Amino acid sequence: MTADVVAEWQDRIRAAAAARTPLAIVGGGTKAFYGNPTAGELLDTRACAGIVDYEPTELVLVARAGTPLAEIEQRLADAGQMLAFEPPHFGPGATLGGVVAAGLSGPRRPWGGAVRDLVLGLSVVDGHGTLLRFGGRVMKNVAGFDATRLMVGALGTLGVITEVALKCLPVPRCDATRAFECGADAAIQMTNDWSARGLPLSATCYWRGTLAVRLSGAEPAVVQAMRTLGGTSVDNATSFWASVREQTHDFFADGARTGDALWRLSVGATSPHAGLGGEQLIEWGGALRWLWQPSSIDAATVRQRAAQAHGHATLFRGSDAVRVAHGTFAPLPAPLHAIHERLKATFDPARILNRDRLYAGL
Amino acid sequence: MLDAALASRLSAVLPPAAFLDAPEATRPYECDGLTLFRERPGAVLLPQTEAQVVAILKICHEARVPVVPRGAGTGLSGGALPHADGVVLSLARFNRILSIDPLARTAVVQPGVRNLAISEAAAAYGLYYAPDPSSQIACSIGGNVAENSGGVHCLKYGLTVHNVRRVRGVLVTGDIVEFGNDALDAPGYDLLALVHGSEGLLAVITEITVKLCPKPPLAQCVLAAFDDVEKAGAAVAAIIGAGIVPAGLEMMDQRATRAVEDFVHAGYPLAAAAVLLVESDGTPEEVAHEIAEVSRVLTSAGATEIRISKDERQRLLFWSGRKAAFPAVGRISPDYYCIDGTIPRAALPLVLRKIEAWSAEYGLACANVFHAGDGNLHPLILFDANRAGEAERTIAFGDRILALCIEVGGTITGEHGVGVEKLTSMCAQFGQDELACFLAIKSAFDPSGLLNPGKAVPTLARCAEIGGMHVHHGALPHADLPRF
Repeated sequence: MTADVVAEWQDRIRAAAAARTPLAIVGGGTKAFYGNPTAGELLDTRACAGIVDYEPTELVLVARAGTPLAEIEQRLADAGQMLAFEPPHFGPGATLGGVVAAGLSGPRRPWGGAVRDLVLGLSVVDGHGTLLRFGGRVMKNVAGFDATRLMVGALGTLGVITEVALKCLPVPRCDATRAFECGADAAIQMTNDWSARGLPLSATCYWRGTLAVRLSGAEPAVVQAMRTLGGTSVDNATSFWASVREQTHDFFADGARTGDALWRLSVGATSPHAGLGGEQLIEWGGALRWLWQPSSIDAATVRQRAAQAHGHATLFRGSDAVRVAHGTFAPLPAPLHAIHERLKATFDPARILNRDRLYAGL
Repeated sequence: MLDAALASRLSAVLPPAAFLDAPEATRPYECDGLTLFRERPGAVLLPQTEAQVVAILKICHEARVPVVPRGAGTGLSGGALPHADGVVLSLARFNRILSIDPLARTAVVQPGVRNLAISEAAAAYGLYYAPDPSSQIACSIGGNVAENSGGVHCLKYGLTVHNVRRVRGVLVTGDIVEFGNDALDAPGYDLLALVHGSEGLLAVITEITVKLCPKPPLAQCVLAAFDDVEKAGAAVAAIIGAGIVPAGLEMMDQRATRAVEDFVHAGYPLAAAAVLLVESDGTPEEVAHEIAEVSRVLTSAGATEIRISKDERQRLLFWSGRKAAFPAVGRISPDYYCIDGTIPRAALPLVLRKIEAWSAEYGLACANVFHAGDGNLHPLILFDANRAGEAERTIAFGDRILALCIEVGGTITGEHGVGVEKLTSMCAQFGQDELACFLAIKSAFDPSGLLNPGKAVPTLARCAEIGGMHVHHGALPHADLPRF
């Protein structure tokens, strides 16, 4: 059945390439807000679904792209394992393909790794309609260029993902969340210092004078870290971290009502709070800053501040008009942009797959 | 030798004694760690600055001269094999650690810095660089990026690609590029990942920002003996299945332990069919907890003996045999050939049984050491190149092991790279569509094809030529390519 679905996609992509008909690749549609607006005939990936293989002692799960993320997480949880990159769903219908194509990782990312760190292999139908298999199911593999990771975060602009092999990890035996009252720069300093001392951090979130820190690991390690850190306990910690991951936290919900644009600033972890422009929700031990800005703000200024903090700024949520005007992602230096164009020309010369979604023209 | 005009243009942009073309000066560069293949380069260039690298690449690009980047030359797949009509671009003089940021846990280093030197410099801050290939005292960080090197701790701490934030390099045209940054991600396609394991085909690396990890307060190692190799393999799966991800999980078979025991006197149990080394690191409480669990799992998996390192000296002693496995085998055999395949762990018993059977069939002894936690095998085939036919039988034996790795769902190289050694095996691992993609990726970075040509990715014509060797289940790979 699935082979038929993939063959059908291949035919459809070949025909679309010949006719230069753009295709919009959609799974659960939960991350439609992310990236530049793209137009095209709908290619729904949900027909290609199901967990193909899961062997907990191999730490590997293989599933088709349309498999609901919730189904995968449940299956892993039943075996005491998890996706260490803690992907945001952003809605009930999130699929594995969307998670990999968007390349977004959640609160555990600095300690547990990003999507790209835990993807072992994948299959993809490129813009020629060719089914390609990259990587595999093993932890170490240096045969051929790493085209697997190239697809992670490519937002479907190089191919339609059909199947993914992921590295899974055991769920930590013990979790605890502690809260601290402090200023933003103190929070940045403390979280980096704790990480440098090897304390078992697995998430941090600073907002409006409160730093929340999650500790995860073997029980003795977590208990000892709690003793070292002090702080106060946090009620409903599980739902708190879910609200940060899923952006239902007050910071995100309140900002969304104003009509402002949400910026994602990925920066050097020790960058000072000031100089990035306004109140931030700070995750990832300082390496991720969320910032609401009026839609009228000069995007170049936000991007310049992020670049000065050794990172980059993404226009994460905003109206179609704002995203078209400024571009979702920071512009690339000319030699890198040229490489992007040549890669696009290789995988999708007719530019039919999620056209413009990553960068205008790709 | 290069033509005189080109030689003088290149030497003009380099400091004195940084342009070598006399045969006695270029001889040390004629091979890397894979000595089966040798070639004399037209010249060897030893730039010291990025501006010199840019100038060299511009000249070579304009003159259409192949450039082979080289780190410490410890690679095991011939990735730094010179091109007879080209130059070797050695990054050996890029040997400075530029900065260490203890709070951000990063170090900015030049590509010629030795892997171990980073950890030595970071030790003052209680930090270290996690990936630790066995050659870490000699191999350079630039080479580690080019090969995406692993090590004995990568099950827990990842490969090079998981531990590098930023790579600065020069494209063949002389354009300076940066992949990644000081943040945890970068806009656009993940070119930082792509440059890892690219074997010098995409860019010449001039600067690297690596991630540093806090040095665990304590590390302890469990040595477990098994009277049966398959039981040891099952014990590995049982440890992972129990929710434990040890800092290291290594296995050696009896031939390997006997070879290293004579060499390092680690006190290995020589009657055991296989030995497992399981390392735990963290706080003393964490380690005590994990070691207790590991010991319990090993006992129920049928370990005949379990030893727990009592102190750092003993822990290093346990590891000394594993780390010295290659030189130890080199002592008992005139030559050996190291295979580097990765398999799903579940296939371990089957693969070991076949290797044993083939060892008898080819009349060649084989010692097995491997990164069991990652399923990365390193069978060492013992042979004597001076005996007629042994080298050929060795290569046939090795190819058969790699074909088996593919068959059970694994790969032909876990960490040593393709280089020139595994070009043929690449034809068995990938179909022509994937290979065409790799060639196109190469062209996207280096349309002229001058950076390390002929490595890492075979031409489609080469695969068509040898295709007949790999008829599997009656299916001829690359059946639609023209045959010679």
